[in-house]
Amino acid sequence: MQAMSEPIHHTAQEPAAALVRRKKRFAFRDIAPYVFISPFFVLFCVFGLFPLLFSMYLSFHRWEPAAGFAAMNWVGLENYWYVIKDDEWFHKSLYNTVWMSIVSGVPQHAVALPLAFFLHRAFGRWRNAVVGIYFLPFITSSVAISLVFSTLFSRDYGVVNASIAQLSQLPVFSWFFPAQNIDWGQPQYTKWMVSFVVFWRYVGWNVVLYLSAIQTIPKDLFEAATMDGAKPVQQFRHVVLPLLRPMIFFAVTLTIIGNLQLFEEPFILTGGTGGIDQAGKTAAMHMYATAFVDGDFGTASSIAWLLFMLIAGVTWLNNRLLGQRKGDAA
Amino acid sequence: MKKLTQPLLLAVAALVAIGAQAQTKVTITVASFPDLDRGVKAAIPLYQKLNPNVEIKLATLAYPDHHTAMTTALATGANLPDVMAVDNDFIGKFAESGGLEDLGKAPYNAMQYRSQVAKFSYPQAMSVGGMLAAMPVDIGPGALFYRKDLTDKAGVTEADLTKSWESYIEAGKKVKAATGAYMLGNAVDIKDIVIRSGLKDGEGAYFDKKGQPLVTSARFVKAFELAKAARVAGIDGKIGAWSNEWTEGFKRDKIASQMMGAWLNGHLTNWLAKESAGNWRSAQLPNGSYGYWGGSFYAIPKKAQNKAAAWDFIKFLTLNKDMQIEAFRKLDAFPSLIAAQNDAFLDEPIAYLGGQKARQQWKVAADKIQAIAVDKYDPVAKDVVNAELEKVLEQNKDIKTALADAQASLKKRVRR
Repeated sequence: MQAMSEPIHHTAQEPAAALVRRKKRFAFRDIAPYVFISPFFVLFCVFGLFPLLFSMYLSFHRWEPAAGFAAMNWVGLENYWYVIKDDEWFHKSLYNTVWMSIVSGVPQHAVALPLAFFLHRAFGRWRNAVVGIYFLPFITSSVAISLVFSTLFSRDYGVVNASIAQLSQLPVFSWFFPAQNIDWGQPQYTKWMVSFVVFWRYVGWNVVLYLSAIQTIPKDLFEAATMDGAKPVQQFRHVVLPLLRPMIFFAVTLTIIGNLQLFEEPFILTGGTGGIDQAGKTAAMHMYATAFVDGDFGTASSIAWLLFMLIAGVTWLNNRLLGQRKGDAA
Repeated sequence: MKKLTQPLLLAVAALVAIGAQAQTKVTITVASFPDLDRGVKAAIPLYQKLNPNVEIKLATLAYPDHHTAMTTALATGANLPDVMAVDNDFIGKFAESGGLEDLGKAPYNAMQYRSQVAKFSYPQAMSVGGMLAAMPVDIGPGALFYRKDLTDKAGVTEADLTKSWESYIEAGKKVKAATGAYMLGNAVDIKDIVIRSGLKDGEGAYFDKKGQPLVTSARFVKAFELAKAARVAGIDGKIGAWSNEWTEGFKRDKIASQMMGAWLNGHLTNWLAKESAGNWRSAQLPNGSYGYWGGSFYAIPKKAQNKAAAWDFIKFLTLNKDMQIEAFRKLDAFPSLIAAQNDAFLDEPIAYLGGQKARQQWKVAADKIQAIAVDKYDPVAKDVVNAELEKVLEQNKDIKTALADAQASLKKRVRR
């Protein structure tokens, strides 16, 4: 009884203290998980969410940043209407973007798919080394690549023109190759040049994606196909392609998003201007120029959001075309 | 007793505080970009000899990064330096921003120094409303650099180059025929000078005072015609300045002349055309034209911490004769201060230019350059006009139509 009464004895002070202590410990435990995951959210809010929302807010304003926040003028949808209706440079750069997306994007996959299958069958233990070589352009800085290519494509001193000049000396080739130097900066060539560099850079990336997907295809399928007398071409057509559809969807989606945001390669190759007649200017470059050359951040933000809507729309379309359909087994 | 000690202690404390005040250093921050920052570096020891209490911190960023950082700083009002370097290409935009102190007003009253500096340099830094956003620290009088060995070979004299644009183009044909070198990098260069010739003092290159575009005027027609003539004559390399082709062109003797600011001499000497030292000469621009390329300025942001100290340092950089001469001699930055333009350094022969006393010639040009009002939409106008000029040069677009299109497009783009 004595033992039992001990705690009761102290009721006047102890429960209060215990309560406080428990409350404190409880509160800390409550917060701790949030503290531990907060770095991501803090960084995301500062560098991700805030710029996103602020650019949305900006797109409804006319604002010259050098004049400070006080100079923001609410203009509603005016920036959007201007860009859609009147900004002929945006129209042109959008056309260029779509053109280069298709010309550089379609061959990427048309080459990467069979190449991945070929690499899968050939090379054996050297395969990884070969894939690494194809992958090298992707991990190299795009600025360095563009600088190298702009030197290669130099009109008077470039290797490309030097090779063409050599080829034009040969009998049959002279029908196809001009003897005088080609000015790759001319509007009719700019888009081809940029597309070639983009194609060259990303084909290895797609090969890696497709190769890793092919490697997950069970061996017995290939064996069964071989037993049935399927040649490699038929195996590619009837085994690999159908099973690779999810990966094709994924890779094409990445290409669409990447190509519609194309910036570094055309920027460096055309010296930041888009080239003669703006033949190589992409929508992302136009957005940059609107903000940092013209100093019109509001319009630039509305271009960014229009571009976002376009990318979202095309990705949705791609999903409808290539994405998983209901009733698909794989 | 207690009543007495308290005031005494207070007095002592006050004295100590005042003493500390006298000894505290004022720190001002200067934001600049290369090569202009070298001027600040040279100025710091000289300035601190006179003002031991002032500490100067220099923050240097690459040229484009500096102006992006300053734009951001002005936008947010944070991280602003006390002294801000501004290049000619950005001064129009920054002057209109309203984020910089009007140096023409009290307590600066910089208008009183207007007669002491190159006359075209103040209008460069002034907004449409007439506020003075920055002080000029160096200027870039234009010159025609040419290869004397190549022109000699073609039997062309300096007078042939400078007499008129027609004779310049004619001379270009001879040089091309005799040496295979292009007379100039790009025909666009001619346009850039001609549109700035024959302006009345205070008029803008692209816009009038009310902000209306002027690109269909006779100046532009003439400029487009001459550029087209040069292209048809085949004397331009269709090469953009600062491109790979351009630098290679200098190295391989493929460019016979280049019109640019006098500061190009430093670039030619140091890296663009080291090998052809002694073969280059400087002349005035063709057809009696005078123009400027670039120019650097120092401004004080409205939200700067130490405006008084900043202004004193800017005055030292821009109005102190010894400092301006120091920068002239060390960096070959052509002084904006007229008193410094009369230094003996002017008479020194330049070995790279075959011993020519070219600085005297640049001084003559600096005296004749007309003031041109700067508009914040000048960079936009330049883009629009150059795009149309390319169509004229490359796709044979009619000049009148091209300029009318440029005018319409410009009106749309500036939306004011």
